[in-house]
Amino acid sequence: MIVSSLARALGAVVLAAAIVALVLLALGASPIGAFVALAEGAFGNWYALTDTVVKATPLVFTGLAISVSFSGALWNIGADGQLVAGAIAAGAIGPWLGGWPRPAAIAILLAAGAAGGALWGGICGWLRARRDTNEVISTIMMNFVAAQLLSWSVHGPLIEASRAYPASTPIAESAHMYMFFSPSRLNLGIVLAIALAVGCYLFLFKTAAGFELRAMGRNRRAATFFGIPTARLTILILTVSGAMAGIGGAVQVSAITHRLYEKMSPGWGFEAIAVALVARLNPIGIIFSSLLFGALDNGSQAVQRGQGVSAELVQVIQALVIIILLAFDTPMFDRLRNSLSAAARPVSRTTTTELSDA
Amino acid sequence: MLEAFLSSSIGMATPVLLAAIGELLVEESGIINIGIEGAMLSGAFFALAVAYFSGSTALGLGAGMAAGAAINALLAVLVINLAVNQVVAGTALDIFAVGITGVFYRKFFGITGKAFIVPLIPKLRLGPLADIPLIGPALFHHNFLVYVTIALVPATGFLLWRTRYGLSLRAAGERPEAADALGLDVYRLRWQALLASGVLAGLGGAYLTLAYAGTFVENISAGRGYVALAVVILGRWKPWGLAAASVLFGAAMALQFGLQALGTTIPYQLFLALPYALTLAVLAIVGGQAASPSALGEPYRRP
Repeated sequence: MIVSSLARALGAVVLAAAIVALVLLALGASPIGAFVALAEGAFGNWYALTDTVVKATPLVFTGLAISVSFSGALWNIGADGQLVAGAIAAGAIGPWLGGWPRPAAIAILLAAGAAGGALWGGICGWLRARRDTNEVISTIMMNFVAAQLLSWSVHGPLIEASRAYPASTPIAESAHMYMFFSPSRLNLGIVLAIALAVGCYLFLFKTAAGFELRAMGRNRRAATFFGIPTARLTILILTVSGAMAGIGGAVQVSAITHRLYEKMSPGWGFEAIAVALVARLNPIGIIFSSLLFGALDNGSQAVQRGQGVSAELVQVIQALVIIILLAFDTPMFDRLRNSLSAAARPVSRTTTTELSDA
Repeated sequence: MLEAFLSSSIGMATPVLLAAIGELLVEESGIINIGIEGAMLSGAFFALAVAYFSGSTALGLGAGMAAGAAINALLAVLVINLAVNQVVAGTALDIFAVGITGVFYRKFFGITGKAFIVPLIPKLRLGPLADIPLIGPALFHHNFLVYVTIALVPATGFLLWRTRYGLSLRAAGERPEAADALGLDVYRLRWQALLASGVLAGLGGAYLTLAYAGTFVENISAGRGYVALAVVILGRWKPWGLAAASVLFGAAMALQFGLQALGTTIPYQLFLALPYALTLAVLAIVGGQAASPSALGEPYRRP
């Protein structure tokens, strides 16, 4: 099961890379040159390597947000807004934490981030559970509300003292994340992200609530019929999901930006969907798929500099990976694979995941 | 001043309304098309690219519609034939469109650094109507796409609720099994709706580049496709409701520029966030699923 999941994920990435190679050829660029530049940009030296980890960190937080909500067939497209809401809360409280000891200041900052994200996700959970409102729409709307709130914050109430730039007052130094191996940007954030991933794994697969959530993901109506409190679970999960994305935003503020800017997320909440699908929603797998996509993000900058190919190439790869994985999970693909394989072995129907059912 | 604001509101509402009418068609057929943003962005880019290289606005508009249809054809294979999750597939196509238009844009225009500008589609004065004070300049002095879009509103209502085809389409969205049992081809109906929606979203994108901006910048659609999703809900799946909701969004966008130009201290972000907050409020008060097609978002597998 694990081997076949891994094979599918790797197969999808390789296939996506092959299609991108064709696109590059069509554009008159060298695919080999681009991939070499990508690899060098992501792993070529100590700084590149550490920055791949730094770029993977917000993806772990948002990827976990997607993993937990998608496991319950709650289609949270709003991890981006939840991350931004968390960042706003952290950026707002950050300048006031000067008097606190460092561990407490960081904890308060992260708690603020969690609260901001939880509010953003929780509203959508409440709308789904109590007002029968499609969470896809509400989470997308909340993305825009968060983006406008951020824009207003950095132009208005939180603007830095000189009022010259659309950026907020820097957070107190006591709230700066613990950094490793200076001058690299490695920080405690990735450790927190990994700990959270382990927590999510234990929740999903070792607790009754996690089981109930996955049952709801398979068939919401049947889960309700069997006495699973689907409404309460919906509110809880979208709140927790938002909180995790929000912590991701707070970590970014605490470790990297130290203040708010108009654009805090380059689309981590959307990239997280690719991250989560490659990991087949498994929280431990998300650590590794985040590193993969963090490497792509990091390397794509080098491709843009060296090869004149837009860094947005990486979004083509993300999209293709999602599309290919979706297609891999359909019964049609199973039939195709069976007819292709000479030694036809029985295919477990459970490989047709909830993603194609919901 | 008021005239300019009203006129600009209508102008800003038009691409959103085009996409929203397309979204209404697919949603009535039972599909939620999150990929609409991608169709719009692709339409915007390819319309401008073709118009720039061919020198023909008409060819550009055609290319925009074709690009939107192509994105939706890809989506149709995934969500209709392979029956995968519509939300995830649609989001993937949105990401795909940002990536592919960005890559092509940089390839064609980024390196040369040459201005990537085409003449705007000219505005037409509708005879004496344009001379009516206030209403004239606001409603009757626009490019032809605005008039086409306004005409599409009653036409869509007629198609959906007054024709046999509309009935079939809505049957596919309400009770696909029953529609299938009656001999209707649900797959075919949904394919047609998705292609039509792609054409309309692509045209909405083409409007942005050919009738509004005259150029392309990365991610020029800037979420207008998602706005169209909200417009369909806010308009309660009724064509004139969609038109009213689009104008509300258009007015919010127009107000942003007006306020910035006036240099007021009123935060324009408030107005930009207002339509989204309003959509959420409507959802909270009315409830979401009440007016939506019953089988919306559920893949149909032929038994």
